[in-house]
Amino acid sequence: MTDRIRSILIAGVGGQGVLKASDILSAVIIEAGLDVKKSEVHGMAQRGGCVTSHVRYGKRVFSPLARKGDVDVLLSFEKLETLRYLDYLKEEGRVIINDLEVYPPSVNMGEAEYPENVIDLVRDRVHAVEVLNASDTASKLGDARMVNTVLLGVLSRYMEIPGEIWEKVLRETFSPKVVEKNIEAFRTGREKKDRS
Amino acid sequence: MKVLMSGNEAIARGAYECGVTFAAAYPGTPSTEITEEFSRYEGVYAEWSPNEKVALEVAIGAALAGANAMAVMKHVGVNVAADPLFTVSYTGTNGGLVVISADDPSLHSSQNEQDNRNYARFAKIPMIEPSDSAEAKEFIKLAFRISREFDTPVFLRSTTRLSHSKSVVDLEEVTRPEEVREIKHQPQKYVMVPANARVRRVVVEERMKKLAAFAETFPENRIEMGDPSVGIIAAGMAYSYAREAFPGHSFLKLGMIHPLPVGMIRKFAEKVDKLYVVEELDPFIEDQIRALGIPVTGKAVFPYTHEFDPGVVEESITGEKRELKPLPPVKIPPRPPNLCPGCPHRGLFYALGKTKTFVAGDIGCYTLSFMKPLEGLHSCICMGASIGMAHGMSKALGEPGKGKVVGVIGDSTFIHSGITPLLNTAYNRSDVVIVICDNRTTAMTGMQHHPATGYTLQGARTRELDLPALGRALGIENVRVINPLDLKETRAVMKEELEREGPSLVVAQSPCALLLRKKGGEEKAFQVDMDVCTGCKVCLGLGCPAISWRKFDGELEKKITKKTKKQEGISVIDQDLCNGCTLCSQVCKIGAIKEVIS
Repeated sequence: MTDRIRSILIAGVGGQGVLKASDILSAVIIEAGLDVKKSEVHGMAQRGGCVTSHVRYGKRVFSPLARKGDVDVLLSFEKLETLRYLDYLKEEGRVIINDLEVYPPSVNMGEAEYPENVIDLVRDRVHAVEVLNASDTASKLGDARMVNTVLLGVLSRYMEIPGEIWEKVLRETFSPKVVEKNIEAFRTGREKKDRS
Repeated sequence: MKVLMSGNEAIARGAYECGVTFAAAYPGTPSTEITEEFSRYEGVYAEWSPNEKVALEVAIGAALAGANAMAVMKHVGVNVAADPLFTVSYTGTNGGLVVISADDPSLHSSQNEQDNRNYARFAKIPMIEPSDSAEAKEFIKLAFRISREFDTPVFLRSTTRLSHSKSVVDLEEVTRPEEVREIKHQPQKYVMVPANARVRRVVVEERMKKLAAFAETFPENRIEMGDPSVGIIAAGMAYSYAREAFPGHSFLKLGMIHPLPVGMIRKFAEKVDKLYVVEELDPFIEDQIRALGIPVTGKAVFPYTHEFDPGVVEESITGEKRELKPLPPVKIPPRPPNLCPGCPHRGLFYALGKTKTFVAGDIGCYTLSFMKPLEGLHSCICMGASIGMAHGMSKALGEPGKGKVVGVIGDSTFIHSGITPLLNTAYNRSDVVIVICDNRTTAMTGMQHHPATGYTLQGARTRELDLPALGRALGIENVRVINPLDLKETRAVMKEELEREGPSLVVAQSPCALLLRKKGGEEKAFQVDMDVCTGCKVCLGLGCPAISWRKFDGELEKKITKKTKKQEGISVIDQDLCNGCTLCSQVCKIGAIKEVIS
């Protein structure tokens, strides 16, 4: 690991487990012996608004916020949210997209259109794009709420941290009742073949 | 042990580690978790007070009795607490007294962006500001040490970014020294009549001088020399951003931002060729450096408004914009926060929106109902303002305004600062209808207790405030209690009260949808009968996140028959989101929305 600070931006909608995912990710980074800072805004965001979490790690991190054009991986829990934060991505950055549409109020009311072909729009601008239906995968594994664990599994492929460290942290995070299912969800994400 | 902690958790932990035993607060983003976390530690007392003024007065009383006490609030909370604040600066504190002010650059969850560093100068109270969670844990300890050593209240300033970002903290041993709690009679020090206050006024200036000398040797004010061609003075989060953007430059990192270490600033300015101050919001440090006659660049290149990040700092100093990945040329619909599915406020504001009245609103989740489609609230200034404003508007309009002015306020906000203005409407008689949206909790900040919930912060059962009885005691004769999820009742009662002479109080009682979920209540979902729905969109007028519009796309028409030639689609209810509040089934005139039979 070099001195370079890496930035991951997790984006989604309130209630999808974005903050839990970034907590787990940060714990994994600490376990790997690195410095980490992460940032998000609470309060109003709980009410169905956009939720983002910046996670930054390296030998020594000062800022908990990434700047635009600085993000290595954009992990997006919802398609539209990918577009909203695309300018945070650096030139050679990677995007992981959960193939899910959650309509904002204006679309629900029929006043605005949910953009079509979001994935194509992202591919036009970004070389490394990975699309998967993690919500579906999580449901098939028995609990739709595990979407964040599946997505962390995908993310883990692009970080130089051994799988054992991830699983150790997952075991410390989840209650005995759901831990095995979450490990399975994580492994599914980690091993899943790129559909792109 | 190394753990990840938010700035707020770290402040609470630091307070516990160094022997703080007492906290009083009113919830307010981004400060709320400090008091919540602190309240869970062994052997401490923590309370939700009705508002920040009371919280500070409670903390002052505890400090005078010898405790180490903190009063915790968001930036605008300090406005509420300003009265005791300015004078406790004169009396001093006996025990330790720290006021935590959590500012909100970028207005993530606030009505304004005031820079509370100005309060430190204004009230002559020292202020320190940490730049990450590890510092937050240390700085709260330093704040108490300064408070006791100089017999002064001390400000600890946080910002949303510090309070709500997480970083690595080393947990330390807990050292809780015995506090000497006793009653000390010192009228010259604590009775601020003019004769005594004049004497204390001089003491305050002497104390500020001593603190200015202390700032020069305070170890958290430090010079970090790098390349001497550029020097940056910064504190708090701005320091973190600047260090990241310019790791090679020289820094004067300020831990104490009032009073400033003037000698240290002069020394640093001499060592560097070009001097910058990096600070969010007001030119608080910059103006003082300028007054010393030192050339410095600050707001000439940095924004006055909103929070920074390393990009803002870099681009302001270099004057060069970095090329960004262009966003796709499509309209990205915004995703604003919204009232939850099943929120009882929705029923009230749906009904109010149809009354053609001016609804003076207040601070809480319900403020969100100003947005489309409800558009049921027409002003929001500060906590408690709804009632006074409604009264003033009604008085100014006179007879033509009768039945046209409503004030709406949440239960927690009413208790915070709505009681005195309600008394005023009873005393000075206006024709307003005041509605308390009583959802049995402080919802916006995350379900905190208040005097009308019947429980304290630390979970003790207590006397429950009776809101209708309070209204009557204040002199309001017309007091009604309604269920805002019953539209017929809500409409009828509002109509009656708007037509009545004199002020009325309507208590709209129904628990917060999130509170119900937390308690594990039975939720029965509703569904749209596709064979009945005519696609009239009336239910969409509720703005419920669980209801969406599905336009005919070729596929859908095959499954259903159109009820009218013009029908363009149908409404759909997401049963995972629906909590069965029944509002949509009440507004659907053709009975297309029914309970799901499982």
